[in-house]
Amino acid sequence: MENKTPKDYSHIKGWGIDADPKNDPTYPMKHRTDAEHEGYSWDRPTQQPIDVEVLHSIERPNVTAVFGTSVPPSGLSGMIRRFAFKHSENSYLHWLPLLMADRVNVVEGVIEDLGKGSVPNIFAEKGWKADWEHNRTGLIQKVGILALVTTAAVVLLTRKKD
Amino acid sequence: MNYRGPQRVRIDEKPEPKILHPEDAIVRVTRSCICGSDLHLYNGNVPDTRVGTTFGHEFIGEVIEIGSEVQKLKVGDMVIVPFNIACGKCHFCKQGLFGNCHESNSQATAVGAIFGYSHTAGGYDGGQAEYVRVPYADVGPTVIPEGMDPDDAVLLTDVVPTAYQAAEMGGIQKGDTVVIFGAGPIGIMAARCCWLFGAGRVIVIDKIEYRLEFVRNYANCEAYNYEEMDDPVVFIKKTTDWMGADVVIDAVGAEATGNLMQTITGRKLLLQAGSATAAHWAVNSVKKGGIVSIVGVYGPTDNLFPLGNVLNKGLTIRANQAAVKRHLPRLIEHVQNGILNPKALITHRVPLEDVADAYHIFSEKLDNCIKPVLIPPTAR
Repeated sequence: MENKTPKDYSHIKGWGIDADPKNDPTYPMKHRTDAEHEGYSWDRPTQQPIDVEVLHSIERPNVTAVFGTSVPPSGLSGMIRRFAFKHSENSYLHWLPLLMADRVNVVEGVIEDLGKGSVPNIFAEKGWKADWEHNRTGLIQKVGILALVTTAAVVLLTRKKD
Repeated sequence: MNYRGPQRVRIDEKPEPKILHPEDAIVRVTRSCICGSDLHLYNGNVPDTRVGTTFGHEFIGEVIEIGSEVQKLKVGDMVIVPFNIACGKCHFCKQGLFGNCHESNSQATAVGAIFGYSHTAGGYDGGQAEYVRVPYADVGPTVIPEGMDPDDAVLLTDVVPTAYQAAEMGGIQKGDTVVIFGAGPIGIMAARCCWLFGAGRVIVIDKIEYRLEFVRNYANCEAYNYEEMDDPVVFIKKTTDWMGADVVIDAVGAEATGNLMQTITGRKLLLQAGSATAAHWAVNSVKKGGIVSIVGVYGPTDNLFPLGNVLNKGLTIRANQAAVKRHLPRLIEHVQNGILNPKALITHRVPLEDVADAYHIFSEKLDNCIKPVLIPPTAR
């Protein structure tokens, strides 16, 4: 389809109805009340009972009034996360250990599955069924490359040294 | 839905959520979308994304239980649940910055809490599930007006408000030329919203042909494939009489393609917080003194970004997570009046049980996918 720049806008429903010449770049921080100078001056909501481990940023003094309880830290990844939360959001010592913990956590997840007697179906989890339906050539290529790389690796590793 | 590692998700049984705070509600999910920003989680790019987490921050559903302090909602209400969790009481919520609430995310101060968006965004399970715990139920959730199509309603949780705020933050004045990088759901809707603010010309840049074709038709705008250009910045300069656009919107974020170095360092090696290609192009293609509006999501660390040009061109950069609650009244009006038609973006309606396939289709842009919505068994 050809690109067109409209000469008039009558065909565009709602054109200009939210135009606001007073929209200045500080919006919506313009409603300052000076309460911000008083720190935690607001009437805090009721505190959710803290009955799971919640890591909190050292850039704040407390746990927020409500918090998520999904997947509390555990295992080796949990230890790494606890270390990360000793450092501020301003530090790589916060973020890089968290990324590392995420990767360790993936291995822990597989071990957990195996411990329950279930082998994770990686192909299903990766949604490769959708590839079979919508991108069959791509899938065949992907599997072909994987087979090639695996074969090459096996050959290299099993080759007798001269 | 259960995250198992980069590009691995599956369906698992979890205990049903409980009321943990007197302002909580439990919602039975009836629609839940996969957002482009979920792909950052899916690809393992967001720090503190724990195995076992349920994603999903774009959902609607029925209130089935309320906490003792909930007054505005009642059991049986069908609600739009904004993606941000906001207390309504802190300094930031009082300013209308519902995306920056200070009483919902213990793990980070730089971002408010978001449903199902890693522990960096609060550690809440999300709505790609049958049931979900919704904190501060009197603040965020909004009852779906009678007669509103649920497919419209679910896109009011994030896509439409984020796109609208992208245009709003652009400070668009009548006749302005606006360039939008990204023809995903946000970019498409942002193109539509820019007209509402009186844009004189709207140009969308992407590389996915079916999406460019869609946005041309949907938003009555120009749309170009950057892979057919030598340099998208030079293209924009040329098409704006060598001045640059008045406003440029980054609607891509961390998964951007188009620059090999950014892709390798930002997406493959994770040496920066995602590929900043779109933000880079935005700064370089906006007019001197212009405004760059960023709604594309990046990680919490650092990005390669032309800060010197921001200074030398005297640019204003405006960015935020959308304050969904602030926009909802106006946007509901626009949907009801037929000004905006969000549901047209939905291309795939997928049973929740097939979540892994839905993620893969969306991530790989298979089957001309623009927006997938997951439908739990209890809602079918």
